[in-house]
Amino acid sequence: MPKTPTLAQLDRRRFLKGVAIGGAAVGLAGTADAQTSPNPTAAEPQKAASPTATQLAAETGHPAELPPLTTKKTGSDFMVDVVKTLGINYMAACPGSTFRALQESFINYGGNTKPEWLTCLHEEASVGMAHGYAKVAGKPMAAMVHGTVGLQHASMAIYNAWCDRVPIVVFTASAGPVEERRPGVEWMHTVQDGAALTRDFTKWDDYPWSLQSFAESTVRAYALATTAPMAPVVLVADGKLQEEPLHPEEEAKLKIPKLAANMQPAGDPNAVREAAKLLVAAENPMIIADRYARTEKGMGLLVKLAELLQAPVVDVRSRMNFPTNHPLNNSERKGALVSQADVILALEAVDLYGQLNRMRDQLERVTFPTAKPNAKVISITAHDLLVRANYQDFQRYQPADLPITGDAEATMPELLEAVQKELSDARKTALAARGQKLADATKGLLDRARGEAAYGWDASPISSARMYMELWNQIKSEDWALVSATNFSSDWPFRLWAMDKPYRYIGGAGGAGVGYQQVASTGAALAHRDIGGRLVVSVTGDGELNMSPGVLWTAAHHKIPLLTIVQNNRAYHQEWMHLQRMANRHNRALDTAWIGTTIDNPNIDYAKIAQGYGMFAIGPVSDPKELGPALQKAIAVVKGGEPALIDVVMQPR
Amino acid sequence: MRLFTLILAASCLVGSAAFAQDAAPAGSIETGKKLFTADGCYQCHGYAGQGAPGYGPRIAPKLMPYQAFLAQLRHPRADMPPYEAAIVTDQQVADIYAYLKTQKEDDPKLVPSFY
Repeated sequence: MPKTPTLAQLDRRRFLKGVAIGGAAVGLAGTADAQTSPNPTAAEPQKAASPTATQLAAETGHPAELPPLTTKKTGSDFMVDVVKTLGINYMAACPGSTFRALQESFINYGGNTKPEWLTCLHEEASVGMAHGYAKVAGKPMAAMVHGTVGLQHASMAIYNAWCDRVPIVVFTASAGPVEERRPGVEWMHTVQDGAALTRDFTKWDDYPWSLQSFAESTVRAYALATTAPMAPVVLVADGKLQEEPLHPEEEAKLKIPKLAANMQPAGDPNAVREAAKLLVAAENPMIIADRYARTEKGMGLLVKLAELLQAPVVDVRSRMNFPTNHPLNNSERKGALVSQADVILALEAVDLYGQLNRMRDQLERVTFPTAKPNAKVISITAHDLLVRANYQDFQRYQPADLPITGDAEATMPELLEAVQKELSDARKTALAARGQKLADATKGLLDRARGEAAYGWDASPISSARMYMELWNQIKSEDWALVSATNFSSDWPFRLWAMDKPYRYIGGAGGAGVGYQQVASTGAALAHRDIGGRLVVSVTGDGELNMSPGVLWTAAHHKIPLLTIVQNNRAYHQEWMHLQRMANRHNRALDTAWIGTTIDNPNIDYAKIAQGYGMFAIGPVSDPKELGPALQKAIAVVKGGEPALIDVVMQPR
Repeated sequence: MRLFTLILAASCLVGSAAFAQDAAPAGSIETGKKLFTADGCYQCHGYAGQGAPGYGPRIAPKLMPYQAFLAQLRHPRADMPPYEAAIVTDQQVADIYAYLKTQKEDDPKLVPSFY
């Protein structure tokens, strides 16, 4: 017969069993107190002795002779304590039994606040919402996904966030040891290595095996996720750790590390000074800004640099990098600028090769450089600090003459200072003349864009230019934010709207994974709701919306004010164009590319779908003259704090 | 934009009087309208040929000369898919051309001001 172990020798699970077995034995022997109490040795301090079975019975009304069925606190409560130290405002989740203890703890123990639980109807929506949220809020929110099956659902959204280098804290879960798993489904949802599925496209993951480990790993994960290059992280909350009772004496030993704000990695100062010299001396410098502006300060810093250098900026639009109405914004003249540039500064270029080369998409794929052979390329990016082998989102290798490894926005203050030091008065005068020429060129661009937008103005299906300008008419006097990508509608807002503030735009999916738009827009609108005072608009493709329509209900349920315009071209149009190209290339039937690519016959009524989810909706709108009044009605709803949707039958692009 | 520039360049090369717009063969507007959709032209250029920047340039109502138009279809510059005679006959090209000629020019003043 083994000796009764001391409390210190017991792990928590064995301790519980000891209580249960002791309780049963007591029933038989009739000496409850003597045998159900832990028996600490004299050397063990008794700061917070666990209640005896008798005491528990007195508190709960549960018969002392039977094993306890309830407890006051569990490991999941402590996990909530940990998450609450991080300042995370929301936890988006589609329910799943592997995290049942955590969900209950967040709601009841945690008071359902900071984080507040958001109900999603698909895990891709949970993570996608967090993706959009982070780009507006400037900090992560969390998503909780069911073990195995939930993470599988979420994986596409995690991949998008990875490619877009956006921080998200993803929690998943797994059942405990074999002898404690419920037979059947719990095994299907249990995995040895819970985060292996997404390891190729997350920054870090862990499966903590103790509560102390959970605390340290969660704080570490948050810190890693929010340090450039940012990316999603995944934590697996073990089912046993979640559901086991947590006794005061154990809890007293647990420590939650303090989260410190990380400094973002800036480029090497010597290299930055070299870059400044090249830029100031250049006759035709240009700046390419891609996933550059991480915070609201980013745009202002870039404006200062462009004005100091009187250099044109091409915004590749992965973020809101540069005001569209600034005279140095030459995004529409990229081809000419690249071909003439003697110095090119690339800021967080996602695809530097693609910026400096071109591939012809014909039977023979031919590539050719677009920049001058002697052009000096300066690249500032944190990209090389986080590259993985399997997925090829790192793009084709493009050497730079001066590669500076560091976050471009964090490097910008140093670069500004270095440029200022390099600029003589004579040089400033010369640069001013260059700036005037660039300003003249942009005036012409705006007039040309207005002319282009006028063609097909009254056409039905409605032209994308008409839709965007009708929308602009309604929002231009508001403090607005466009939270959807514009590349599938010819980037009209960047040509015709005054996109003048850092929060006007947040870029696209990153990984081009369909299904991002509506869910990310909803998350972005949530962040804007917390900031307040902004009218948030999303233009979502019909193919996009069909991937995750359930998020419309989430927006309605949680009262997230967002105006959604369905860019309804009744097709996966990009794929239709690809299929058409293949038919052309093979000299085969041209009128069959719709097979497998169109979404019509029957046409989907998106307004009815939205209404079914409890959202105000109008549509389908095919007559451009009806668009203005429809927008007015929907905007009134959104201003009242509710989401609204308009289904607009539009031309393809 | 790049494609637009190339097409303009091509049109300049063959832009003599011999290839003026009027030299286009007769075509059926109705057939051309159907073909413009069925053959997928609208996918990049819009139903009115108004163009979609980044995808396909504006091709109407100011048309390039017919021979340049035909040459661009048969052996396109840049990324446009080829429309060889095996899938679009010369007559069908003329029909599409006739349809595009009917498009109207809208007034840029319709477009709300940027500022």
